[in-house]
Amino acid sequence: MSFALEVHGLKKTYNGTVQALRGIDLTIESGDFFALLGPNGAGKTTLISIISGLVKKSDGSLVINGVSIDNDAQGAKERVGVVPQEFNFGIFEKVEDIVVTQAGYYGIPRAQAKIQAERYLKQLGLWEKRNEKARALSGGMKRRLMIARALVHSPKLLILDEPTAGVDLELRRDMYVFLKELNASGVTILLTTHYLEEAEELCRNLAIINKGEIVARGGMKELLSQMEAMTVVCDLSRALTDVEIKQLSSFAPVLDSQEVSLTLSKQYTLSTAIDLLNKMGVVVTSIKNKTNRLEEFFLQKTA
Amino acid sequence: MTPYKNWISYSTLVRKEVIRFLRVWSQTLLPPVVTMTLYFVIFGKFIGSQVGDIAGYSYMQFIVPGLVMMAVIMQSFMNTVSSYYFAKFQKSIEEIIVSPTPFPIVIAGYVTGGVLRGLLTATLVMSTALFFTKLHIAHIGITVLFAVLTSVLFSLVGLINGVYAKSFDGISIIPNFVLTPLTYLGGVFYSVSMLPPFWQAVSSFNPILYMIAGFRYGLLGVSDVSIPFAAGLLIGLTVMLFCFVWWLFKTGRGLRA
Repeated sequence: MSFALEVHGLKKTYNGTVQALRGIDLTIESGDFFALLGPNGAGKTTLISIISGLVKKSDGSLVINGVSIDNDAQGAKERVGVVPQEFNFGIFEKVEDIVVTQAGYYGIPRAQAKIQAERYLKQLGLWEKRNEKARALSGGMKRRLMIARALVHSPKLLILDEPTAGVDLELRRDMYVFLKELNASGVTILLTTHYLEEAEELCRNLAIINKGEIVARGGMKELLSQMEAMTVVCDLSRALTDVEIKQLSSFAPVLDSQEVSLTLSKQYTLSTAIDLLNKMGVVVTSIKNKTNRLEEFFLQKTA
Repeated sequence: MTPYKNWISYSTLVRKEVIRFLRVWSQTLLPPVVTMTLYFVIFGKFIGSQVGDIAGYSYMQFIVPGLVMMAVIMQSFMNTVSSYYFAKFQKSIEEIIVSPTPFPIVIAGYVTGGVLRGLLTATLVMSTALFFTKLHIAHIGITVLFAVLTSVLFSLVGLINGVYAKSFDGISIIPNFVLTPLTYLGGVFYSVSMLPPFWQAVSSFNPILYMIAGFRYGLLGVSDVSIPFAAGLLIGLTVMLFCFVWWLFKTGRGLRA
């Protein structure tokens, strides 16, 4: 088994006082689509910045595709492509120039860089905009430009720090298709996002970071199956009486007119709840999750 | 990275820098030519005609090397400080920091950009000077050596300023309050031998004096300082500043937390 990323005991302290990372251990298999989740200020961006060489670690080890950043920082950097959270390109530069120049920094000859740039700009729907200045692009286009730029040197590991922030739904869907294809072609992807349904749709494995520590990690399905409870909202054919509500007390019901929120657990399942409601002569007309399943898991782990 | 890849990376950065200053030529190349033309007209023609020869040359011919060096100093400095600070300001500096380009190559790329702008401006100012006076180059090698060393040195100074600058104000303090006074007092408009002994001694601590004197020797063949000493001083300062900038980049000063 080979690893795209191996992080052991990684620590980062800013100005000798603020502990952003408190000893992170994390491994990502080659070819994985991995989600790194956490609330604001949890340490996600610090971890990504250390991997990409923008922030220096205080302690611990970091190996990218078999290359340690301590032994061969340059070699490690060649294997990573980064799409940061904030726009970080020259706004007065042309779209194609930004991508071709980035390839040059990785030692790719200009002729080859132009071919690579064309390939990714076309795939990301930016080829028509290649001669426009970056500042003229919409927010979604700027994000896609940063993805094209991060891929131009064909990295083994692509890091996406909230790549769909501010991107409309249709473009987001297109981006998902692109990223799934990219991952299928063998590129390992590390994704951070606040859209948890995005992580659930795209990623096979995840880790949740909170206050500089990994608080959960594993396979997406495996972790979600560990959830102790989840809440569903049922639309009912009629409002419940006080007696009926008491009968549902194991589900911690919260009533709102003809709608009731029920907390399900391994002991008190959805079918038990529906059976009980049916016995009361109440028909469940529709059911929905109160929140995304991963969101509920995330909130449990970071509360 | 292999030497070939380093070369591509270096030439990419240089290309980007050159395109940047050529794209805004009306802000980078034109102003020094206009300013120097005014100096030639006012100091060279109007006032210079009232001043006698210095070291066997007309006043106009005497001030040309100083004015050319003034342009080289300012333009080399301004290129690196503005380019680096603006890249830092809009975070596009991260493009090169995340790449495997070694720091000495990054420094060399920025410095080459500054040198090319400095030398291009010098060529334009020299060409303008030919409209006002005749010039012959006494020692072409020394002329080029001092022009290149001075522009390398001030490109490095600009880079240091860019690393430390935290605002746009931070990049205008050095040119306004350090470079301009030192250049004026470095013998652009006079020979240091014309000063009283005390001020001659004070001037000897001004490194710009040696740059102008060396360049003037290259052009006119006359100097009031030792040329080997001036060249040695410039080479020493350049090596020192390069090492300092390398250290700044390695430690991530003002850039990497």
